[in-house]
Amino acid sequence: MTKPFLYVENLTKKFPGPKGEDELTVFENVSFGIEKNEFVCVIGHSGCGKSTILNVMAGLEQSTDGYVFMDGKEIKGTSLDRGVIFQNHSLLPWKSTLGNVAFAVKAKWPGWSKKKVNEHAMKYIELVGLTGSEHRRPAQLSGGMRQRVGIARAFAIEPKMLLMDEPFGALDALTRGSIQDELLRICSRTNQTVFMITHDVDEAILLSDRILLMTNGPYAQVAESVTVDIPRPRQRETLVKQAGYYETRNHLVDFLVRRSKELQGEYDTGTNETPSHDDDQAPYPRVVAGTRL
Amino acid sequence: MLTMENLKAALLSLAILIVLLGAWEWSIEGAIVPTGDQELSEYEQLTGGSGGGSRIPAPSAVISHAITELSDPFYVRGSNDMGIGIQLAHSVGRVFAGYSMALLVAVPLGFVIGMSPLMYKALNPYIQVLRPISPLAWMPLALFIIRDSGASSIFVIFICSIWPILVNTAFGVSAVSKDLRNVARTLELSSLKTAFAVILPAAAPTILTGMRIAIGISWLVIVAAEMLVGGTGIGYYVWNEWNNLDLTSVIFSILMIGVIGMFLDSLLAAATRMVQYDH
Repeated sequence: MTKPFLYVENLTKKFPGPKGEDELTVFENVSFGIEKNEFVCVIGHSGCGKSTILNVMAGLEQSTDGYVFMDGKEIKGTSLDRGVIFQNHSLLPWKSTLGNVAFAVKAKWPGWSKKKVNEHAMKYIELVGLTGSEHRRPAQLSGGMRQRVGIARAFAIEPKMLLMDEPFGALDALTRGSIQDELLRICSRTNQTVFMITHDVDEAILLSDRILLMTNGPYAQVAESVTVDIPRPRQRETLVKQAGYYETRNHLVDFLVRRSKELQGEYDTGTNETPSHDDDQAPYPRVVAGTRL
Repeated sequence: MLTMENLKAALLSLAILIVLLGAWEWSIEGAIVPTGDQELSEYEQLTGGSGGGSRIPAPSAVISHAITELSDPFYVRGSNDMGIGIQLAHSVGRVFAGYSMALLVAVPLGFVIGMSPLMYKALNPYIQVLRPISPLAWMPLALFIIRDSGASSIFVIFICSIWPILVNTAFGVSAVSKDLRNVARTLELSSLKTAFAVILPAAAPTILTGMRIAIGISWLVIVAAEMLVGGTGIGYYVWNEWNNLDLTSVIFSILMIGVIGMFLDSLLAAATRMVQYDH
């Protein structure tokens, strides 16, 4: 079996407990894979270690056990091959839109001339629809526009893998919707491989090829991998009318409300590889609409 | 509307000035000066007959003195008779010398303390003990070691400006958000590049605030230091004019200390605005 483009195997994170107490196992033996050009979302309750998994994939944090491979190489630290979009925009507040994007471009291609850097940056500022605001500083932009700059910055370094940690969590619903559309459009154009954390079930269905469901922490696991079969291009307005939408949605909500708790800590035998990769051993009911991998 | 308010404020300021100067002038003119036909009390005899009347010069005298002094601020007629400009230049020069040295030491050191919790813990006790010491308390030691009054004043300025800059730099650097550091890491910036392109600009407003506090303290301290060691400088000038009982010059130089202090502060305020950013 060939390994996916990116794969996470037996990832475990333990935090040292308070004095005299046992260490806290946030998640254990988490394994999954992401294929090239795939858009994968992960959903789970707070505290299940989603962000930690993303940080390990980004190289910002170390796991206690297990490893992450991308493109045949183990991830040991941060890399410009992986772009990260953080929950809050994390722009440099003293730099303009152009300055922020150009800053990343310069880091990726240090040899480029200023002109080339700016042209490249402008291309991505245009992609997120911020042409005309390139000389404004983050403080002069709305929350949605700031997050767009963050997206432009991440895409501008043309990463092999894009990691997003609840990128729209801090935005209001209307802004969130329009940025999701934007992201959908950009991703279909660039075929970007994306791993994204979200709390929003509809957002996950709209954007993802596949959704990973995590049980509650501590001892969180990736319990299921739900394939979203709704054909692309997807439209937010018509999404609810698509076949399979409600089945998928109900399944996700049911998981989050009920089974994420029931399944908590169920796979801590340490030997199971991805429980969701093999249908025959699945200890939980079959997914109806979203075919499970 | 705003300009209207500014105009009103300016007029009010002017009115306050006129009232204060008028009251000052009147209180001196209206003071009872003992005349010759009255018997002098014992106290009056001892103090040369000045009685209860004020000998503080009138504002008109101070203003005319200021005009004379400021029309030729840089004259030198011997070591005890130099223009106000020369004296102020000596003081400002010492402040800049001590202040620049403090900057060179405090900013890098503050950076290290802000970046490393270990260094913070190791150095914090020293900072906490040394910081509350009055800068002038160092003067005897400085004079003994350096054996030069001018250089000792510079050292005192150095030691008094180092603490606000050090503490603010350390605080500013340690307060740089984790997100910005993570951005630098994901962009694979070198430590040096991270320090100069991310941490320094992010901490700059806090560092500049420390620098502004430090320049204010330096200007306060240099006057006292120069009074102590003598020779040149505005502090020495004030004390020298007091010894000459030339209160007109004393008042004039007090005002000049204020004006230069305001100027130094506004320089740093302008620099702060340059690095300031909104979140």
